[in-house]
Amino acid sequence: MILRPLVWQRIVWVGLAAMTLFTLVVLFFIIGFITSKGAHVITPEFLFGMPERMGKEGGILPTIIATIYISLLAIAIATPIGVGSAVYLTEYTRESAITKIIRFGADALAGVPSIIFGLFGFILFVIRLRMGWSLAAGGLTLAFMILPTIIRTSEEAIRAVPYNLREVSYSLGGAKSQTILRVVLPNALPGILTGVILGMGRSVAETAVVIFTAGSSLLIPRSLFDPARTMAVHFYILAREGLSMERAYGTALLLIVAILLINVVAYSLMFRLTRKMR
Amino acid sequence: MAAKISIRELAVAVNKRLILRGVNLEIEANTIVSVIGPAHSGKTTLLRVINRLIETQREFLRSGDVLLDGKEVRKLDIDALRRRVGLIFATPVPLPGTIFDNIAYGPRLQRRHRRQQLADIVERSLRAAFLWDEVKDRLSASALRLSGGQQQRLCIARTIAVDPEVIMMDEPTSGLDPISTAQIETAMRQLKQQYTFVLVTNNTKQAARVSDRVAFFLSGELVEEGEAAQIFTKPKDSRTDDYVSGRIG
Repeated sequence: MILRPLVWQRIVWVGLAAMTLFTLVVLFFIIGFITSKGAHVITPEFLFGMPERMGKEGGILPTIIATIYISLLAIAIATPIGVGSAVYLTEYTRESAITKIIRFGADALAGVPSIIFGLFGFILFVIRLRMGWSLAAGGLTLAFMILPTIIRTSEEAIRAVPYNLREVSYSLGGAKSQTILRVVLPNALPGILTGVILGMGRSVAETAVVIFTAGSSLLIPRSLFDPARTMAVHFYILAREGLSMERAYGTALLLIVAILLINVVAYSLMFRLTRKMR
Repeated sequence: MAAKISIRELAVAVNKRLILRGVNLEIEANTIVSVIGPAHSGKTTLLRVINRLIETQREFLRSGDVLLDGKEVRKLDIDALRRRVGLIFATPVPLPGTIFDNIAYGPRLQRRHRRQQLADIVERSLRAAFLWDEVKDRLSASALRLSGGQQQRLCIARTIAVDPEVIMMDEPTSGLDPISTAQIETAMRQLKQQYTFVLVTNNTKQAARVSDRVAFFLSGELVEEGEAAQIFTKPKDSRTDDYVSGRIG
């Protein structure tokens, strides 16, 4: 049977809309479910109090602080290395077998399950380098985990900067380094930031790596070499050990809100930074 | 008087293809020299050899001499050379950012300037490119919002801001309307007092309007070079005649 184009178009439209709707329904169901279960737990005491009886009661302040520390540490380590590698791969090397291998390596690394990174970080940083369970070991391992994402997104962003912008800079007497710093990177910034935000989100949400490398201490970390428990790990332990489901939901809700906030803040920051460029 | 740019027995190959061969050309200071010829005759390559932008290419071979004020360009500091020999591209390429930042880009690369110093350079450059009156009230607006003709004059002003000696233009008006084209041609005639122009153009009428001398290229060879009037009225070579009268090309 041959359908009239208009009928066919209707069918396709309905099909695609249904798929989109399905995604949204699932998403809102999860968020709604967690909110309904966890919203009532969130009080000032929960946000700013110390946990009592392993988290059964009291607040989650140490885990909030640990999450912020460890994610910022991971980003602070991974961003310069990742962007630097991306600049090297795009601007300072010719396409060759070696760059292909590096790129393949980065892609493969991006697909490695996080628990393997956790084990790697545990053996290297916690045991070999004697850091013990600590913010430092956790941050370093997370940095390794998100590095491939940052490299690949930065690389795409840098590659997308039109070549003729570079030629303009050269033809005005710009050296290569000046051209990269003043033309290429500013124009690639939105794309680079997307990779950084993705990495930040993954760090905040990660559990396996953090359990292996930062431990699960409920004290507020006072130095880089103190152990710590992030919100995601706290949530996992609360639920897994059956300590308090409602507090687990409360933590989960905060985690979702935090990731949402990171996105909103980062993108509005980017909008302000690049406003002059439009 | 010694020529501003002397090219002797220049041959260039890119990716193992010969693009230019046996080119001998003298360009006097404070003149406008047009380089004309059909597509793939090596005109753009010639410009990119002079300011060495061609060196960003993967495989590139060059023999012969290209002298700027009697000195081989390959022996000059590459960034200094590119400041001395500016290049305007066929499509105007404003850097994303404000009009002010576009003009100030080149000067800022060299050293720190005081705000007032930069403002002076920006005003002088925009005036020289006949753009000042149109943009003086919106220097902090995005350069991308200018019209095509304004953008191209912005590019000229941006080149002037680094105080070049030679300004090379690669079909600078190919995407512009007749009024914008006329504005740019007027600017060139005025600026010729201070700069030397090398103009690559597909538009033979434009070459006739603005240039002092004309060089006709065909398949990588310089066929004929001479006074503009002579090239367009009494060309010595029959191929030049065919091209300028529109029979080939």
